[in-house]
Amino acid sequence: MSPSSSAETIVGRGNRDGADLFREWFEGLGVAAAEGRGGAYVFVMGSLAELLRTFDFPIVFPEINSLQTAVRRVAHEYLDEAEDYGYSPDICGYVKADVAVQLRRGAHPMGRIPSPAIAVNTNACNTYIKWAEIWERMYGTPTFTLDIPGTRQAGGQTWPGDPSFENDRKYVAAQLTELIELCEKVSGVAFDIDRLRENMGYANTMSLGWKRVLELNRSRPAGFNALTDGTIYLGVANALRGTEQGAAYFKELAEEMEYKASAGLGTLAEELYRLIFVGVPCYPLFRRFNELFTEPGGTFVNSTYLWFASGGSNLGFQYDLERPLESLAEGLLVSVRDAMDAMFFQTQILSDMVDDYAADGVVYHPIKSCRTVSTGLADSRRDLMESRDVATLFIESDMMDRRVVSEAQLKNRIDAYFEGLASRRQRAAIR
Amino acid sequence: MSQRPGAGVEVFPEWRDKPLDQVLYECRELLEDEEYPTVKRWREAGGKVLGHFQVHFPEEIAHAAGFLPFKIRGAPVDAVHADSRFGSYLCSILKTSLEIALSGAVELDMFVTHPICDAARNLAGVFGRNFEYPCQILYLPQNANSRHATSYLRDEYDRLKQTVEDVAGTSVSDDDIRGSLEVFNENRRLLRELYATKRDTPWAISADEAYVLVAVGGMIPREEHNELLKAVLPAIADRPARRQDKLRVVYEGGFCEQPPLDLIRSIGRSCYVVDDDLLIGLRWILEDVPTDGDPLLNLATAYLESSSYSPVQHDLRKPKEKMLLERIRAADAQAAIITAAKMCEPGLEEQVAYIQALEREEIPYFVSEFEENMTGFDGLEIQLETFLENILFD
Repeated sequence: MSPSSSAETIVGRGNRDGADLFREWFEGLGVAAAEGRGGAYVFVMGSLAELLRTFDFPIVFPEINSLQTAVRRVAHEYLDEAEDYGYSPDICGYVKADVAVQLRRGAHPMGRIPSPAIAVNTNACNTYIKWAEIWERMYGTPTFTLDIPGTRQAGGQTWPGDPSFENDRKYVAAQLTELIELCEKVSGVAFDIDRLRENMGYANTMSLGWKRVLELNRSRPAGFNALTDGTIYLGVANALRGTEQGAAYFKELAEEMEYKASAGLGTLAEELYRLIFVGVPCYPLFRRFNELFTEPGGTFVNSTYLWFASGGSNLGFQYDLERPLESLAEGLLVSVRDAMDAMFFQTQILSDMVDDYAADGVVYHPIKSCRTVSTGLADSRRDLMESRDVATLFIESDMMDRRVVSEAQLKNRIDAYFEGLASRRQRAAIR
Repeated sequence: MSQRPGAGVEVFPEWRDKPLDQVLYECRELLEDEEYPTVKRWREAGGKVLGHFQVHFPEEIAHAAGFLPFKIRGAPVDAVHADSRFGSYLCSILKTSLEIALSGAVELDMFVTHPICDAARNLAGVFGRNFEYPCQILYLPQNANSRHATSYLRDEYDRLKQTVEDVAGTSVSDDDIRGSLEVFNENRRLLRELYATKRDTPWAISADEAYVLVAVGGMIPREEHNELLKAVLPAIADRPARRQDKLRVVYEGGFCEQPPLDLIRSIGRSCYVVDDDLLIGLRWILEDVPTDGDPLLNLATAYLESSSYSPVQHDLRKPKEKMLLERIRAADAQAAIITAAKMCEPGLEEQVAYIQALEREEIPYFVSEFEENMTGFDGLEIQLETFLENILFD
């Protein structure tokens, strides 16, 4: 293949194919809803899709459904409906958008969402647990909380062989057997360990690809924007986890990023500043929010979002297919714990990212809707700035609720930030 | 149990040899004292302090190691130092809990939070970035219905015990924990008695008086709390108080951030609060924890099997709205006050289910939000009185 044809076929493929796959997945949900098949409602931090697919459940991600209403600029209609139903303006916008989707019998801007046949959530976010209670009450949906103990103290991760890790692993493994019993009961499908093994193999390929894709963005210029392109990849990483298509997509995506890195192709014509994003994107202004950074030459080279919202797949954990259930427990424990660390104990993670990705700045974006991600960010920023000479920006808005998003205020803060970045660079050049 | 630094020191002698009203006054003074004198006295005697955030913490483990287990429940103070450590859209208790530590009002040797909500779980990271002492998350099981939750929790308690031992510089034996279980079992019995008094003769003890008697338990050694309760409970029973024509009400929404004491007093002026979930963590375990066998396993079993409910625990056996209705019926209450702290996500989410259940059962309810730092209650008091009058004259 000549360099030019490679460029034509490879560059941009991840975004194109990602959008297509994502659309097809949503269409599949519509078909399931039309057939009256209930979905497995799961969440991005520990979806267990590789296991749930063995029971033929359509996999539904309410978080993704909700954020899509914001991207499509109709979230306010859903939020209003849930608030009229009784939910407070001060709770998670994702939850409220989903409540409205349920009240509308699955009607969603991208199609129809099946109702829940089962809900499976981890404890990575407490709101997952409260959210599942809503379906319990609305439909009597069987729910299962897979409890995955996280890191107890900053820097205190334990590993195989440590009594604390082994206690956690034993607990997670035991819960998985209970979940399998429940899935068999709800679906009427007998558990097939070979199907699980196959799906875990696909998940292995996907995780390896995701890890590689993230590593490749260390190249200068960065091959993709972690905020925008990254969110497309993330959508596939979640929606198609444990599938052959998903595995193939990430293999090809890694190939694309390898090519871009070797060819020196960046996501921006001129990459002036390399930035790290901390928090959850501003979906109500998704494109414009990003432009506020890219127009002055900023590129998001990595983000904690790409870590935690992939359920810790960034680690590239490889399941041992010879002992699938034990390995699934270990993989979930290690990966979901890592996702939680990226939210609760992220100072060292960010400090390492600054080095690894040669970042000029860190942008903190706490949001009203999500206390899991946002509560510690101001203090984490203070902590990072005490240990590192890196320019940071702290801006608050929301992932769903446009009532607390002000483009003008954001622009003011972001413009000032870039002025600061420019003057830092000038001062460094003079020295 | 071996004698440990701080043990045997009386940190709250002010109530001794005083009549009931004076005892209650002293408890109120202690609760509102921004200098936390009992904690300081404990430390001055060489004792160590383990601060544990809401809701429930197995205080017996800290107690067995000679710590003063100090319940961190926020405070009605300005978050002068802590405010810059948090963003907007967060409940107040997070900020003021950090504030009392940053300001030096309370000095700790260890801090423990729990995965009760998305915000609280972050506190281990926040405290850990600001203090050198161990700041941990105690991962209480969030799959309460797993057959393996109890054995997991037993081992998690053992892990906690090891950290506690490291900080205390001492080992903790099973017998040490059994001794602590006995102290706390007695405390729980006394608190149940206090709540029975609230329920059966609410005119003998007002809502705010009962509250301060419970709350000081989180600030003093439990042996002292037991002595205090043993002294006041007979005095309350003998109190010459007359029954008034007030509605019997259950108050819900005080499981984490606490409403201001004046707000509780205002509510108590309008109605009899015959049961509530205020500081439910101190009353979480409903029966005596057995002291034979493995004490950590017994403690873990009690947490899961003999416990109350709150919006921050999901247990299929205890749907919260069903539990609320049971609480209302058991207390023979005529109405419910359903509150939530501002920005408290679990509390606000639960309100919807509570309201729907109360409407189904045709139980009158009053809904409100509060913040620990709020100072004006006139509007709320008028609304509440109107609500209650509507029921009385319906």
